[in-house]
Amino acid sequence: MRAFWKLTLTQAKLYLREPIAAFFTIVYAPMMLVLFGTIYGNEPTPMFGGRGTVDVSVPAYIGLIILSVGLMGLPIATATSREKGVLRRYRATPLRPATYLAADVLVYFCMTLLGVLLLILVGKIGYRVRFDGDVLSLLASFSLGALSFFAFGFLIASLSPTARIAQTVGMVIAFPMMFVSGATVPLEVLPEGVRHAARFIPLTHVVTLLRGVWVGEVWGEHLTEVIVLLGVLVVGVIVSAKTFRWE
Amino acid sequence: MIPSIEVLNLRKSYGTTVAVDDVSFQVQEGEIFGMVGPNGAGKTTTIECVEGLRQPDAGTIQVLGLDPQRDSYELRERIGVQLQESALPDRIKVWEAMDLFASFYRRGLDWRPLLDQLGLSEKHSAPFAKLSGGQKQRLFIALALLNDPDLVFLDELTSGLDPQARRAMWDLVRGIRQQGKTVFLTTHYMEEAEQLCDRVAIIDRGQIVTLDTPENLIHSLGAENRVVFCVDGRFDKKSLQAFPSVTRVEQVGERVIVYGQSDGLVSSVVNALEAGSVRFRDLRTEGPTLEDVFLALTGQEMRD
Repeated sequence: MRAFWKLTLTQAKLYLREPIAAFFTIVYAPMMLVLFGTIYGNEPTPMFGGRGTVDVSVPAYIGLIILSVGLMGLPIATATSREKGVLRRYRATPLRPATYLAADVLVYFCMTLLGVLLLILVGKIGYRVRFDGDVLSLLASFSLGALSFFAFGFLIASLSPTARIAQTVGMVIAFPMMFVSGATVPLEVLPEGVRHAARFIPLTHVVTLLRGVWVGEVWGEHLTEVIVLLGVLVVGVIVSAKTFRWE
Repeated sequence: MIPSIEVLNLRKSYGTTVAVDDVSFQVQEGEIFGMVGPNGAGKTTTIECVEGLRQPDAGTIQVLGLDPQRDSYELRERIGVQLQESALPDRIKVWEAMDLFASFYRRGLDWRPLLDQLGLSEKHSAPFAKLSGGQKQRLFIALALLNDPDLVFLDELTSGLDPQARRAMWDLVRGIRQQGKTVFLTTHYMEEAEQLCDRVAIIDRGQIVTLDTPENLIHSLGAENRVVFCVDGRFDKKSLQAFPSVTRVEQVGERVIVYGQSDGLVSSVVNALEAGSVRFRDLRTEGPTLEDVFLALTGQEMRD
């Protein structure tokens, strides 16, 4: 257990020392919120069912943070550690792979959560964002979305032979997701065909679930989303457990 | 006494390339055992099979009475490993790395004195990426000693270091042995093996060519010693050829090389030169080295 906590603490410190990772996890989404909040304000509009742009953006941007940590930060960092021989060095000690992975996931989870809390704080203070759900459902939805995307990220890292490939694959998958899932551009303003295609993108389900829970809907109304995300989680964990390499 | 390491008929291939081909040897407790050979000879594959990081295709390995594959975690508690290719995160500080790795072991030592011993105290808060090559290697040694191991593995410890850093590293390795630990190292520097090792296995193309103490290896070669000097003015080769200890004399310009058996060679040469009133300077002797042994046994220069 001592190894687990030391590793968690050390990895957390290292995470915050990496400027790009720290930016995309903690600063990027609140910055976007301020940018678009300034442009559009938070006046209620009929398009969003009587809510404002910021009210809709905060849960959607939670998906954005999950995406950038899960599909960009995590696979790049994991593949880089492997390529440079950092994981090899750990492997020559009694440290168990499960301990390493558990500490890693916990750090990614906490960092993502930190970004989310900051985003919500900026929304509350800057725009009096309206939240009609309950905190536990929101936390549960966030956890499901985050963990399934981490599993997806580990899968990319495990299947990519080099860090460069992991980076490319992560980007290629993440960028279209960012714009077609409702994470940045609300699904309401996208054409019918795109909205239809968006159903096949995992991030859409994260955003839809979070937006629903944010306005007080219950999990029962979002079974599709929950099932899809559980599927991603299970497949990601199984495949990356089978293909994960220390070197 | 049970040997620290016992390897029997080890074999390992990568695809169609045979990296290690029927290698057997033992390492005794308390010795510095070296495996020497050119790059690609199979040293790293051998040491990593012994460490339990690679799975052999065939053969048996016992390390401290354990099976490196079956008892891998138990073994890792008791050995210290410096890998040929590994790294730490760029931004981890020296003390953080020590503190972290100490937590991985049941018997994690207090790492502060270890940093002192390895001359890293001043670099206590420096990030890994800012360390020099020698400092990184010293940190890796420190990490390998954190669990007070019985057996330490050093794979190409001094590759890429300048001669001064290399010599400093040799002192550290001798220090490790003085603490009663067994050391298994690999190197492609013959001089390093000669300086450090109690016993040396010369490995080439996946096979052990010979295994003995450096002195015995050099002696077994029966190679000649050389006395080299420069003469001013006239010099007659015949004046030296008469001595029984001299086998032949070569002269190129003012430089003279006298070959012969080690006993009495230097005194014969100096006496003869004095007696003949030959003016000479820069006289030195050269003995055969492990480099010569390697050349004689494999018929090739060390490929660097």
